[in-house]
Amino acid sequence: MSALGNIIKKEIKELLTPTTILPIVVMAVIFGSMGNAIGGLEEKSQETPVIGFIDVDNSNLSAIVTSILNNYSDVVFNSSEISDKQEGLETIKEADGAALFIIPQNFTVNIRNETPGEIEIYWIMKGAGITDAISSGAVEQLIYTINTNISRELIQESATVNATLALNPTVRNEITYFKEKEMPGLSPGAIVGMLSSQSMLIPIVMMMIIIMAGNMVISSMALEKENKTLETLLTLPVKRTSIVTGKIVASAVIGLLLSVIYMIGMSYYFQGFGMSEGANLADYGLVLTSQDLVLVGISLFITLIAALSLCMLLGTFAKNYKSAQTLTVPISMLAMVPMFITMFVDFDTMPLALKTLLFAIPFSHPMIAPRALLFNDYLLVIGGIVYVTIFALVTISIVVWVFKTDRLLTGSVKRKKSLFFRKRT
Amino acid sequence: MPTVEVKNLVKNFGTTKAVKGISFTITEGEIFGLIGPNGAGKTTALRVMSTLLQINSGEVKIMEYDVKKQPGEVRKLISYLPEDAGAYKNLTGRAYLRFIANFFNEKNTQKMVEKGIEIADLGERIDDKVDTYSKGMKRRLLVGRALMTDPKLAILDEPTSGLDVINAQEIRKIIKDTARKGTTVLLSSHNMLEVEYLCNRIALIDEGKIVEEGKPQVLMEKYNANNIEEVFTRVVK
Repeated sequence: MSALGNIIKKEIKELLTPTTILPIVVMAVIFGSMGNAIGGLEEKSQETPVIGFIDVDNSNLSAIVTSILNNYSDVVFNSSEISDKQEGLETIKEADGAALFIIPQNFTVNIRNETPGEIEIYWIMKGAGITDAISSGAVEQLIYTINTNISRELIQESATVNATLALNPTVRNEITYFKEKEMPGLSPGAIVGMLSSQSMLIPIVMMMIIIMAGNMVISSMALEKENKTLETLLTLPVKRTSIVTGKIVASAVIGLLLSVIYMIGMSYYFQGFGMSEGANLADYGLVLTSQDLVLVGISLFITLIAALSLCMLLGTFAKNYKSAQTLTVPISMLAMVPMFITMFVDFDTMPLALKTLLFAIPFSHPMIAPRALLFNDYLLVIGGIVYVTIFALVTISIVVWVFKTDRLLTGSVKRKKSLFFRKRT
Repeated sequence: MPTVEVKNLVKNFGTTKAVKGISFTITEGEIFGLIGPNGAGKTTALRVMSTLLQINSGEVKIMEYDVKKQPGEVRKLISYLPEDAGAYKNLTGRAYLRFIANFFNEKNTQKMVEKGIEIADLGERIDDKVDTYSKGMKRRLLVGRALMTDPKLAILDEPTSGLDVINAQEIRKIIKDTARKGTTVLLSSHNMLEVEYLCNRIALIDEGKIVEEGKPQVLMEKYNANNIEEVFTRVVK
């Protein structure tokens, strides 16, 4: 074999280790699953919106509206009686629809009298993720088409039509129904915008803490091995549980300190966005109470402990500082996946498989918690805290067990065998 | 009551048999040397006695405490100095000794640290970060750390490894003094002169088995050898 070939062979052998391959495999699987989920959302965006309408006016301009609704959407409810409103809403909810349009009496008369015609829109909002606004976006497009067609009609009828009216022939009177709440004057798009800007803070901060504090724990284990201090530590009169807990708590404290710094910075950052929204979620009862904040805090703390326990477990596999850096990749991925998913999709509207995946990732829970608490979904939040606590306890127990075995010092049996012959005396 | 009692100790790593049923005892205040070539199983045996590795079969007792069943009790009695041990780089020598002392007797922490400083004999450099120490200084600090706790059993793997002749001599003297005060010492070494000078008794270990055991002088007479090195060579051959 040539010298070059010899070096290439040796380098590949050194670089191609399970610690290099495994994180990439995990990343590939996660990205694959996310791709499937996003593919599903793309299909959803191409579907025609499911709606219903009640045309009380029943005249020529309202006919333009109903004809557009009939042509460009999937109409599941159609009536001319205002008394059917409740039935219409129920039908649309059952059909997983987006909105009920009501064209009130005098719609045409008002427009003819140069007053914009009112269209009542009752939105059915299922989730508050960015992708949940897809169907409402399609309905917004319908409204735009309705306005354009009415404008065209008015201009065709009279060239001297009031320009302001021709540009805006209708006004919307909208109410959004979302998770048992009734929010007048807000469209789903506006709600999603407000919620996502406010609930983005915790996922980003959580991801940053997990990555940084996790890196600290893994590196700490790797440095103990690299600097040959671990053997001494393990022969001192100190319980394995104390060593594990000590490392986790120290990193958690630093992690929390970092989180406070981040939260201060990020909250100022998001305040800038909040000011331009023009509406306040608190006006609609969407505000976290002190009890909710305590729950979010508990969720954050428990998740941090769970994350650090998992990092500690990974750290036991680290041979040195370099290999520790590779081991932080799966942790970073596990923190990033729920952050992106919760930004785009509401937990309630996710497919079951994605819901299960998100619930299983312990880092998701503090990211889900604030929005869930806004809509009083205490079961999800408390269930999450219980799950993460069990996860943390099980992981800590596994770490303590690893600390009691030879594995911590010797690595795998196979590796130990070669080490023994090379180094041990 | 022997300080150390090892009966048929077996330690395997997968299919590799590192220690194949060794037995020996060490009495209080004795310096016992485990001598053997590379890969003979010396470090593995010392690690088992230090509670770092689990036993496959056999029995190891330190002051009547079973290493397998009562590792916590054993750790209170022993002090282990690994061959390639390190110290926390960001701590000063003094802070490192205090960190270790805090695991033992809270009341005598300061006394323990002072003893460690005395053994390490690093002068003013004791207040410098470990990261700035030479290999020899680091080793002196670690020997200080290992002996400052007045352990019932000091397990020293190549205690003078990396030290120059003068430093090594001082450490040997410290080990002898420590044993004289009642600490039992179990050490491994490649340095046959060191073994001859330090050990009351030695065991020669080869391929995981003890092939000879006794007082250095007796073994030299038995094998008609001038020193332990010759004994070692004749036994292993």
